[in-house]
Amino acid sequence: MFPVVSNEEIAPQLHRMVIAAPRIARARKPGQFVIVRATAGAERIPLTIADYDSDAGTITLIIQCVGVATQRICAVPAGGELRDVAGPLGQPTEIEDWGRVVCVGGGAGTAVLFPLAKALAEAGNDLTTIIGGRTDEYVILKDELSAISTRVLITTEDGSLGERGFVTLPLKRILDDPAQKPAAVYAVGPVPMMKAIAELTRPYAVKTIVSLNPIMVDGTGMCGGCRVTVGGEVKFACVDGPEFDGHEVDFDELSERQKMYQELDEHGCRLDKQVADLAAAEKKD
Amino acid sequence: MAEQRAGTATGDGLSAKERMKIDRVRMPEQDATARSGNFAEVNQGLDEERARLEAQRCLRCKNPPCVNGCPVSVRIPEFVSAIADGDFQRAAEVMRVDNALPATTGRVCPQEVQCEGSCLRGKKGDPVAIGWLERFIADWAAEHMPPESPPQTCTGFHVAVVGSGPGGLTAAGELARMGHKVHIYEALHDTGGVLRYGIPEFRLPKAIVDREVENLRNLGVEVECDVVVGRTLTVDQIAVDYDAVFVANGAGLPMFLGVPGENLKGVYSANEYLTRVNLMGAWKGETDGTPIARGETVVVFGGGNVAMDSVRTARRLGAEHAICAYRRTRAEMPARVEEIHHAEEEGIEFHFLVAPLEILGDDHRWVRGVKLQKMELGEPDASGRRRPVPIEGSEYVQECDIVVVALGTVANPLLTEATPELQLNKWKNIVVDDRQATTMEGVFAGGDIVRGGATVILAMGDGKTAAHSIDEYLRDKTPKGPPTC
Ligand SMILES: Cc1cc2nc3c(=O)[nH]c(=O)nc-3n(C[C@H](O)[C@H](O)[C@H](O)COP(=O)(O)OP(=O)(O)OC[C@H]3O[C@@H](n4cnc5c(N)ncnc54)[C@H](O)[C@@H]3O)c2cc1C
Ligand SMILES: Cc1cc2nc3c(=O)[nH]c(=O)nc-3n(C[C@H](O)[C@H](O)[C@H](O)COP(=O)(O)OP(=O)(O)OC[C@H]3O[C@@H](n4cnc5c(N)ncnc54)[C@H](O)[C@@H]3O)c2cc1C
Ligand code: SF4
Ligand code: SF4
Ligand code: FES
Repeated sequence: MFPVVSNEEIAPQLHRMVIAAPRIARARKPGQFVIVRATAGAERIPLTIADYDSDAGTITLIIQCVGVATQRICAVPAGGELRDVAGPLGQPTEIEDWGRVVCVGGGAGTAVLFPLAKALAEAGNDLTTIIGGRTDEYVILKDELSAISTRVLITTEDGSLGERGFVTLPLKRILDDPAQKPAAVYAVGPVPMMKAIAELTRPYAVKTIVSLNPIMVDGTGMCGGCRVTVGGEVKFACVDGPEFDGHEVDFDELSERQKMYQELDEHGCRLDKQVADLAAAEKKD
Repeated sequence: MAEQRAGTATGDGLSAKERMKIDRVRMPEQDATARSGNFAEVNQGLDEERARLEAQRCLRCKNPPCVNGCPVSVRIPEFVSAIADGDFQRAAEVMRVDNALPATTGRVCPQEVQCEGSCLRGKKGDPVAIGWLERFIADWAAEHMPPESPPQTCTGFHVAVVGSGPGGLTAAGELARMGHKVHIYEALHDTGGVLRYGIPEFRLPKAIVDREVENLRNLGVEVECDVVVGRTLTVDQIAVDYDAVFVANGAGLPMFLGVPGENLKGVYSANEYLTRVNLMGAWKGETDGTPIARGETVVVFGGGNVAMDSVRTARRLGAEHAICAYRRTRAEMPARVEEIHHAEEEGIEFHFLVAPLEILGDDHRWVRGVKLQKMELGEPDASGRRRPVPIEGSEYVQECDIVVVALGTVANPLLTEATPELQLNKWKNIVVDDRQATTMEGVFAGGDIVRGGATVILAMGDGKTAAHSIDEYLRDKTPKGPPTC
């Protein structure tokens, strides 16, 4: 059992939870994640360790409630407990002093980005951070990221905060300006966003690192459910990643595999409907 | 049958000739059609009468070959004759000396190549049903004997066990009985290793694993889940706090076919398929639990226990056609004979002498079929088995919705990569000596992480050997920490 120290909603459907997990707080490195189950019977899901306090023995998770498992986790109040928190898992980010780097976060991906950005800043990088969201409400961690970045640029789809449009807009300007061109780009967010960024940086030959979020079960290399294709080779994201060279990742495969159980539900519903229709037709006869 | 009943009454006084006349009992089973729709155990167990009758078949050989066939040398004639005498308590006590998990091994050991494979009665007719008798006595003991009481001694030593599969559980039990304080670290959220996440309920009910773990807790063993050794804690850190460590983290890394289409939706490793169903309970179909893709036609590649468990699981999840596709023939299948037999009864379809060339997908990247090539048996290979050779131009497509790859596993490097002091062989398995000692002071290892994919009983044997080696190793040491018992 892992006590929940605090739980606050920092954006619509987005929670920041502080969990007491002293060993994980001590062992974790940037880029690593934990596998969480709120209660017995719940699914095991991966969540990035967004922040930590090794003295207090706590880790911070930032969770977007998209489905059953995340909702169950977010529903546990401060003072409550999570049944399982296992980790830290995954390869830590290779932190280098690149000189100039750009970090790009989209939606909840910004939470996954935060520990990387922090480590990059600590390693002496000149850090430009771009965060995007649907509207101003969905732009998260801007104060935290401002504190460690040389500058923070914001985009929203409706223009309610910062520039109107996608994160690729400011990134393209930066890439085009020789005085600003970074040595590396870190991008974390929905798959279409990471794909767009990898395509954008490719012609500039700027090293682009992405953090992949396939469906996982154990998170320890045991099931192979998290397999992704990188540079034509099959990798297990939970032990070989989750970070990979964005120019090598097969994003289309990843986004299809992520949809597997969603489509299964739809398929199941379709079948149920067919059966119901058949039954109705029989009744008529 | 009437004659045989009469035999029961005379009990122990039977002549060899009379014993020879008794036919092997039949195991009561769930009806094949009914059971292919549920996850309840297939074998229902022998009742006392049948068990005693079967036990009377044993000839009580002077130099019993069956004992040599058992990797842990269970005193078979002793426990079997105690059953024949109706002295079940004695039988259970004899069993307990050699085998810590008889309810499990009685169900899952490949008896036909071990104890029963060497039984003298098998030379002519059926061998004594040693496995069924073992299971009988274990289940009887669970019901009739009081729980084991905690040990009277306390040595003050602390031993850590990594992994709660059969290897770890056995070592923990042995060490606790010797008076050492044992702490098990398990990476998953539940105990049992393959016994829980791999072997399905219909072969090994999880209540049995729960019972074994509960028994360890009674002995004072602490069990802690969600600790991934190598990540949450390292072996080095554990070695500082504990007087000795036993590593039994299994061989959990799945192998894939390496053919095109393997990352299509609907393609699972057997590990993932079985874990979703067994550990996560996906078979219950609860909407808020872990999902599993079901299909009309499921093709499982492989011919071992893992393949049998997967294909029989697919059948139970509703597959109209649950197909096992294997490169060789039935005779070469490494699975337990009983499982193959049960699978056939349940309507599993076998495609022998085929190899996968490609997994085919539809426009939405879902599996729609597999392209197979027919094989024929050629010259024997290094293992002595005739090697399958492809037949040119024999390719065909088998349509299906789900593919499960059950080719076996290799060592998971998660722990060993974080522990450079441990010497590994070329397959990344931990190197140990005949005492199960590794190259790291005070650290012992056993089970699949040492042997590669092996069996439950071999992992248990290693656990037992390691426990005795650890006890010996600790004898001239002083405990690192204050005693906690
Ligand atoms: C290494 C790793 C780190 C992660 N870190 C975080 C994190 O720090 N915070 C966080 O909120 N999530 C993170 N995720 C994603 C998170 O694990 C999933 O959102 C979660 O598994 C969804 O479970 P669910 O049962 O709530 O939703 P489901 O019912 O499984 O899914 C609900 C809907 O969300 C979609 N979905 C699934 N995964 C994602 C995703 N990654 N992003 C957006 N939509 C998705 C599904 O397609 C579906 O439509 C991470 C994933 C990985 C692999
Ligand atoms: C589907 C299937 C069916 C089988 N059927 C049979 C059969 O019928 N008969 C038979 O004899 N054998 C069978 N086997 C083989 C048998 O199960 C194994 O040989 C046996 O379980 C090995 O025991 P073990 O204790 O070494 O490891 P495992 O049972 O693999 O247990 C290892 C444990 O360690 C944990 N672990 C792993 N890494 C770490 C870590 N870093 N930190 C902490 N914990 C960790 C794992 O989660 C697991 O709980 C089968 C195997 C499978 C997969
Ligand atoms: S442990 Fe296995 S091999 Fe040994 S006697 Fe029992 S069933 Fe046979
Ligand atoms: S070999 Fe067979 S008959 Fe002989 S003691 Fe063993 S079980 Fe009995
Ligand atoms: S999640 Fe199972 S191998 Fe990666």
